[in-house]
Amino acid sequence: MNTTEIIFWFLSAIALVSAIMLVMAKNPVHSVLSLIVTFFAISGHYILLNAQFLAIVNIIVYAGAIMVLFLFVVMLMNLNASAEPQKNRFLQFAGFISGGCLFLVIIAALIRSDVATKSMDMAGGDFGLIGNLGKVLFTTYVVPFEISSVLFLSAMIGAVVIGKREKDLN
Amino acid sequence: MEIKYYIGLAVALFCIGIVGVLTRRKAIIIFMCVELMLNAVNLLLVAFSKMHAISPMGLAYPGIVSDAQMFVFFIMVVAAAEVSVGLAIIVMMYRNTHSTDVNFLNRLKN
Repeated sequence: MNTTEIIFWFLSAIALVSAIMLVMAKNPVHSVLSLIVTFFAISGHYILLNAQFLAIVNIIVYAGAIMVLFLFVVMLMNLNASAEPQKNRFLQFAGFISGGCLFLVIIAALIRSDVATKSMDMAGGDFGLIGNLGKVLFTTYVVPFEISSVLFLSAMIGAVVIGKREKDLN
Repeated sequence: MEIKYYIGLAVALFCIGIVGVLTRRKAIIIFMCVELMLNAVNLLLVAFSKMHAISPMGLAYPGIVSDAQMFVFFIMVVAAAEVSVGLAIIVMMYRNTHSTDVNFLNRLKN
């Protein structure tokens, strides 16, 4: 077992445990914090896969900006743990069963395929550095980049319009 | 390292997200589970791009890893835009119903 595998199993254990805690936690603040831990573990996986730029973007955008936004909304709404209505037992059980069935089906479909036996070269590659990705982004993908700026503008306007207090609706 | 461990990890994270969407009732936790599923898919895309870096297809087309990572980057961009609109919807829902229970939102049923 070399160093890469040890890091892989360590990060995977952190990601899975905190993802389960996200689903199980009664308090929404605990859910947000465990989702942040999951994002940090996924960023570690990105670094392991030589995607350094994506790892930094994942930490800054997801663990930084988006999760702080979630935390703001949770604290703004003052969601208490005791006030949560539960789904009934049958529906929860059905949810667990269907999620587990999906897991089993996908794993069983992929475990025998020849894709699953291929290996990755974990050592080399500077593809994920910001120099290479920036060159690709501003030459090949410059049109989607500009379109995504329009998408952000429309999302911003949409958030403002939705979040505005409306008098005539009620 | 073989790709199947990454497939297993990403599928496990995705299915945990699905279980969360199906079993929880607070809208904000359902939304966080959707984010978890998006990240599982991103992780799988990066792992497959790393796998194709040494495959014959990747050796014939050297830009395949950068293209895949740009794809993941655009997924993150769209997810950030989606989060802003979705949180605005959840805040408006809380303002109107004083709860984030998704079972209140069944007015389209009748």
